[in-house]
Amino acid sequence: MYTFRVMNCRILLIVFVLFLSCKNENKSQEVTTSIEKEDVLKEKPTVEAYDFNAFEKFLNRKDDKIYVVNFWATWCAPCIKELPYFEAINKNFKSENVEVLLVSLDFPKQYQTKLIPFIKKHQLQSKVVALNDPDSNAWIPKVSEEWSGAIPATVIYNKDKRMFYEQSFNYNQLKTEIEKFIN
Amino acid sequence: MKKSIKIVSALAIVLLFSAFTLNKTNTNKGYQIGDIATDFSLQNIDGKMVSLADYTEAKGFIVIFTCNTCPYAVAYEDRIEALNKKYADKGYPVIAIMPNNTDVQPGDSLEAMQARAKAKGFTFPYLKDEGQKIYPQYGATKTPHVYVLEKTKQGNQVKYIGAIDDNYQDEASVSKKYVENAVDALLQGKEIEEKETRAIGCTIKV
Repeated sequence: MYTFRVMNCRILLIVFVLFLSCKNENKSQEVTTSIEKEDVLKEKPTVEAYDFNAFEKFLNRKDDKIYVVNFWATWCAPCIKELPYFEAINKNFKSENVEVLLVSLDFPKQYQTKLIPFIKKHQLQSKVVALNDPDSNAWIPKVSEEWSGAIPATVIYNKDKRMFYEQSFNYNQLKTEIEKFIN
Repeated sequence: MKKSIKIVSALAIVLLFSAFTLNKTNTNKGYQIGDIATDFSLQNIDGKMVSLADYTEAKGFIVIFTCNTCPYAVAYEDRIEALNKKYADKGYPVIAIMPNNTDVQPGDSLEAMQARAKAKGFTFPYLKDEGQKIYPQYGATKTPHVYVLEKTKQGNQVKYIGAIDDNYQDEASVSKKYVENAVDALLQGKEIEEKETRAIGCTIKV
């Protein structure tokens, strides 16, 4: 009877450990997944992270929307300064079919400590994804041949029309650029 | 009347386009591969002024625009020190230049630079681009941003522009050491395979 109990406990323990390891595996997948999950942000404190191959589709949508893709990071002061303007554009130009995408270049180890708390604190309404691809020499020219790699940087596009900006914006500058796509 | 309107609008269009082209050339200034880089006299963290001309024995230089406050620059601190250890004796010392406006970025003040250099044991000069006159001539846009120069009869010729290697996050996962490859090629008198590379970095604060 006693040995049975010990065995039972061992089995339970093994099952428990297996359960834990499965859970951990799921967790790490959530952070590194390249499958698009629109509602991940609402459910859990996590962020969609992509390597460049998986991310590239965000630069090549073919629908009618005007996409404003801003490359930023929580540690980049000029990026943080201009974020409210991108948020305002996302809100004020929704009816004009404009959609802002905020692409964080924060390091993966800071997703939990910096990026996600930042998104929560500032209640960012624009969609936020993380781009994690250390071989930046390979992908920077694919975003734009003009890009030296400094952030902030922004792409505005609608189908095949595309502009690239390695600069900071204020609200009016950004609005002017977006209006070029609307008119 | 109609004709004059047409002429005026045609002129306006020409002006508009030329304005754009002018802007374009302005943003692209800075050195290209093969250009002769300017020398400078900038203050080091020890208070002494440093010029490239001081290095009479050097065959060239690894000029790196970097700073204390950019996470990418911080990620490369140890690798910059390693570059200097490896190549200074071979004739290619590292010359680090901090290009940020320290009013905007107080974490890059001369005192902060001194503290960082001491804490990390930097063996290379860490210069302050006082007045921010040098980085625009090179065309540096971010930290870290590397220029490998070779000493020639005409002056210090730009041989490589770009990143240190292909993985800022994890030194162990680096597969291409761009700067080392460039300097090795120069030391062996070979052609540099990748003369220009790009990397994410922090905008230089003006």
